[in-house]
Amino acid sequence: MKMLNVLKADRGGQIFLLLLLLIAVVVPLLNQFTTADNPLHISTYTVALLGKYLAFALLAVAVDLVWGYLGILSLGHGAFFALGGYAMGMYLMRQIGERGVYGDPLLPDFMVFLNWDSLPWFWHGFDMFWFAMLMVMVVPGVLAFVFGWLAFRSRVTGVYLSIITQALTYALMLAFFRNEMGFGGNNGLTDFKDILGFSLQEDSTRIALFVASALALALGYLACRLIVTSRLGRVAVAIRDAEDRTRFTGYKVEHVKLAIFTFSAVLAGIAGALYVPQVGIINPGEFSPLNSIEIVIWVAVGGRATLYGAAAGALMVNYGKTYFTAALPEVWLFALGALFVLVTIFLPKGVIGLFRAKDKQT
Amino acid sequence: MTITNQIKTVVLLLLLLLVPGTPSFADTSEPKLDQAVELLKGKKFQQKYQAIELLAESASPQAQSILIALLERRLFKLKKTKQLVIAEKQGKTYKIQQAVSLEELGEVKKRALKKISLNNKMRTLIRSALASFDLKNPDREKRLAAVKQILDKADLEKAKIIRPILAQEQDEEIAESMSIIIALSDLSSDDAKQRNSAVTLLSGNIHPSVRNALNQLQQQTDDKALARSIKQALDSIDAKLQFYAVIENLFFGLSLGSVLVLAAIGLAITFGVMGVINMAHGELIMIGAYTTYVIQLLMPDSIGTATLIAIPIAFVVSGLVGIAIERGVIRFLYGRSLETLLATFGISLILQQTVRSIFSPLNRSVETPSWMSGAWEINSALSLTLNRLYIIVFCLLVFAALFYVLKKTALGLQVRAVSQNRAMARAMGVRSEWVDAMTFGLGSGVAGIAGVALSQLTNVGPNLGQSYIIDSFMVVVFGGVGNLWGTLVSGMSLGVANKFLEPWSGAVLAKILVLVFIILFIQKRPKGLFPQKGRAAEG
Amino acid sequence: MSISKQKLKQLVLGTATGLALSITSIAQASDTIKVGILHSLSGTMAISETTLKDTMLMLIKEQNANGGLLGKQLEPVVVDPASNWPLFAEKARELLSKHKVSAIFGNWTSVSRKSVLPVVEELNGLLFYPVQYEGEESSKNVFYTGAAPNQQAIPAVDYLMNEIGVKRWVLAGTDYVYPRTTNKILEAYLKGKGVADKDIMINYTPFGHSDWQSIVSDIKKFGSTGVKTAVVSTINGDANVPFYKELGNQGISAEDIPVVAFSVGEEELSGIDTKPLVGHLAAWNYFMSVDSEANEEFITAWKSFIKDNKRVTNDPMEAHYIGFNMWVKAVEKAGTTDPEAVQEAIIGVAVPNLTGGLSAMMPNHHVTKPVLIGEIQEDGQFEVVWETSGLVAGDAWSDFLPDSKDIISDWRAPLACGNYNVKTSKCSGQNYE
Repeated sequence: MKMLNVLKADRGGQIFLLLLLLIAVVVPLLNQFTTADNPLHISTYTVALLGKYLAFALLAVAVDLVWGYLGILSLGHGAFFALGGYAMGMYLMRQIGERGVYGDPLLPDFMVFLNWDSLPWFWHGFDMFWFAMLMVMVVPGVLAFVFGWLAFRSRVTGVYLSIITQALTYALMLAFFRNEMGFGGNNGLTDFKDILGFSLQEDSTRIALFVASALALALGYLACRLIVTSRLGRVAVAIRDAEDRTRFTGYKVEHVKLAIFTFSAVLAGIAGALYVPQVGIINPGEFSPLNSIEIVIWVAVGGRATLYGAAAGALMVNYGKTYFTAALPEVWLFALGALFVLVTIFLPKGVIGLFRAKDKQT
Repeated sequence: MTITNQIKTVVLLLLLLLVPGTPSFADTSEPKLDQAVELLKGKKFQQKYQAIELLAESASPQAQSILIALLERRLFKLKKTKQLVIAEKQGKTYKIQQAVSLEELGEVKKRALKKISLNNKMRTLIRSALASFDLKNPDREKRLAAVKQILDKADLEKAKIIRPILAQEQDEEIAESMSIIIALSDLSSDDAKQRNSAVTLLSGNIHPSVRNALNQLQQQTDDKALARSIKQALDSIDAKLQFYAVIENLFFGLSLGSVLVLAAIGLAITFGVMGVINMAHGELIMIGAYTTYVIQLLMPDSIGTATLIAIPIAFVVSGLVGIAIERGVIRFLYGRSLETLLATFGISLILQQTVRSIFSPLNRSVETPSWMSGAWEINSALSLTLNRLYIIVFCLLVFAALFYVLKKTALGLQVRAVSQNRAMARAMGVRSEWVDAMTFGLGSGVAGIAGVALSQLTNVGPNLGQSYIIDSFMVVVFGGVGNLWGTLVSGMSLGVANKFLEPWSGAVLAKILVLVFIILFIQKRPKGLFPQKGRAAEG
Repeated sequence: MSISKQKLKQLVLGTATGLALSITSIAQASDTIKVGILHSLSGTMAISETTLKDTMLMLIKEQNANGGLLGKQLEPVVVDPASNWPLFAEKARELLSKHKVSAIFGNWTSVSRKSVLPVVEELNGLLFYPVQYEGEESSKNVFYTGAAPNQQAIPAVDYLMNEIGVKRWVLAGTDYVYPRTTNKILEAYLKGKGVADKDIMINYTPFGHSDWQSIVSDIKKFGSTGVKTAVVSTINGDANVPFYKELGNQGISAEDIPVVAFSVGEEELSGIDTKPLVGHLAAWNYFMSVDSEANEEFITAWKSFIKDNKRVTNDPMEAHYIGFNMWVKAVEKAGTTDPEAVQEAIIGVAVPNLTGGLSAMMPNHHVTKPVLIGEIQEDGQFEVVWETSGLVAGDAWSDFLPDSKDIISDWRAPLACGNYNVKTSKCSGQNYE
């Protein structure tokens, strides 16, 4: 009931969810029920691509939740995304079974290759889907909780917080690059075969993943919207705008920050888990600090503190990337760079800011 | 092709058989020399090794000049007449002379010549041969180099040559090395007394050859007394080596630290003083490095001067680019410091791609001036590489200059005023816009200077900046934003910490540990090592 | 700030619709054969891969000038996977399913190949991979025209052992799969030759490692025991420059401790001041300095195509040269660009390589090549000091690793398996049933 009330007041959200629903229904239909020579046909390539964008959009929503509403510019959300991805990757790895290159029923190829004789402890349980899905949320959540607990308690704020989140993802990247870690080193995890028994190469599995991504994005959006319109969310905005005042008013600033930060990390982890089966690889490059900066840029391009703006930004920038890397391979970085500069200078409220009738005070 | 080669080999082999069989000519024309010349023209390296040994044995001045020419790659074969010649490049042609008779043969084009090939083993053999020639050279430097070469290679055969000339050697350094070589060869003597005195003489000498020889002898000898004295000698050597290893490691740490400081100090100004998160900082360093490359291209004959000139030019170029960035983009974003991150990230992408378009995505080769290459050898266990040494000094100079500018000049005063209270500074008549531009230009210019230094250590390519940007931020944050001293101390301590962790954890883990340490440290002291005090700290 | 919001809004909307239209627009059906080029043009790998893109463009242009293929013109489709491994898979899919290319020439790093592999297998495409790699792979859809470990590493170690008399070994590499595999193979090989554990030092560093002081100092100490020591370097790309600079500055010359590298070619050297490096070694299947007619022609063509008289050629370029010509020949043989037919036709196809011989495509999708060892010269070129007497066939599964010595690869019927265990008579991997 409350949800409906929340949605009623959220025009942008209504449009966004409607569009999402439309895509989630029309795209699979056009893919399945039109032939390749039909101008309206959507190829499986495009479906997989859109699925990837949707996973990114969910990630952007997660970042917008902490940046737009809590004022924490996290340059380390890529880490949570990648951890969720790795958890999913580990499940997919275990599903390969003896179809691997060396035919070992238990060990993934890279372990056979590095002469590991048994499965490391942290790989146990990942053959079960429910456990892997639990880890997709638990691992990023716990990391965010511990990190946030330390950081917020000692009142690390602003630029300092941004830089140490960056240090966090950088350290994780270096760690995952190490082959001794047991996550496949630089190559990461790849060559997945199937998920829950369905082959990843089947069109139907792709469509299912695409729909799942759309669903996760919708639910993620609703959950975030619910949070920001709740009492918790209003305190969060108060913290964003004047942290000390909120603290002196008697709110437990640390608790609010910690709760929202952890939730956002879990969301990022889920996005990562949806991303991996659709692109077919997860490797330490996802932890790269530059990736995390890029996520922030999607949010900025779309429009901060709107949630749907973040999702739209992720879709736009990634679509632009796909398009320009093929159409203008030599100069696309100029276009991308210029886009970031222009958006920050001329569109401080992002592209969505252009379309909002009136700037509401959020 | 192959058949003619086979014929050639056969002919050569015949010649080989013939040469020793004609001893009657030997007295006049030096059979070893002639034989060596024939062998040098061959294709196989085995023949050439033999040739070098023959030349070494012949000990004639021609042999020496042929060896030198071979080492310096001036030895050629005339394609037509198959004569071995020494050639001197003169403009587009080569002036040649017959290798043995030194008869002038005029000038030829490059095409007429085939260079005599050379490999590592030949180089080693030639240097060893030349060392025996040089032992008697009147030039002190040559003798010293020869003795060093023999000692380094533990070429103990040469002790035979050295023994008789040791007494005549005037120079102390050379004489000392000579006596070590003799002592080393005495270690394998049959005379127990001679062995013992050799061990005593070698005790405490940290040259690797000495340590190896003693180690070897310790394992072989049955003489218990000797073994004991060897053990003592080795212990005293190891104690010294350990001490020098610590010093060396400290030096490594400081030099890594000064690279970090150089890369970060410009950021300490733009980020620390102005609050701008400049993600394009790395690219400003890159521009400095490319400037060095371009200046070296313009002055190919004087690399040393070019590198020095590059310092002020890089400062100006990067500074101007910085001012352009400030005027064009950043000034619209004051007060939104986190958003400067996004805009400057865009700029960094643009700058990278610009460099890729202008200079190609390939790395560019920046030469190291001769006075910067090599090492300062304090002793055989400790040598400090010159380029690193210069960079430490350079880093301190840059720091001092910057410190002076900020603390003692009018600009510095205004910069501090604006950064502490912009409105008040404006009210006092400070042109804050101008100060902003100048400050950003200063920080960017310093980044450019860092680029000149880095061009001497690492790749000059479009990715140069990216590899330093994150480390730079860590250094500034760890040191405390807005504090130059903090940057210096934090850069140096992170460098040293890294290097002391590296031996037992490996390079990657060391870096991870340092990062984790920074994360934890920031929890303890959220504003870094040297927190800013007062009102500015709240901004 | 003066641009009106309305105008911006229109601009954004306009671009968006434009882009949206273009995604559905089907590439115009014309009478060309499309060739996909999948090399990073931005990001960290652009440094190596851009050259290969240009090489492909040159080869295609030449082929078109000579009448094209099957009476049609070839049309290159260039995309930029931006050194981003997941993007490689996405772009490969785009090339195969959207642009319908007949073959893809591309990839450099192992991880990018691993990322693309499931895509080309699923869509049954053709991928020509031109870089030396770690082996332990043979896909029906991939043709490995670079060197396998037995075409580079093993001969190089043999040379050092037999010709130079090296007894102590430093295996230094960047921490990823190619160096790990190569070093594992080499370690097994060296131990088989009686080298003791204490005489092998293995060291891994991260990508782009730039501070080599401690490691070079360790190597110096390791090499100062009076026994001939050599470094076998699988250090990748950008880390090489600071590594060699440090070697030079710490006074380690090629005569003291020679370094033989598997990832340093002419192009990498063009970015280094080579004077202190003279005498260090590299093992490749091609050097620009090789004296052959084909090579001279190729260099001339390259320099005029790229309009730069100073540009160099290197081994992966030769691999593309071989791979492209093999593909052309196989298509002509099959009379179609259908991947299935080309896969069958290409096995056994032999084309001239640039060192004056004929390279052939083996049933395991690797090619035969000569192995050359060269010493670095002052001008940034290599002088060949040793070469194998004949061609060496690439071995997909190393004989020196316990897990892969029983595995063979043969894509001809009836076996048709890239991963066949002769002991258990089972086929795993791609054709697993």
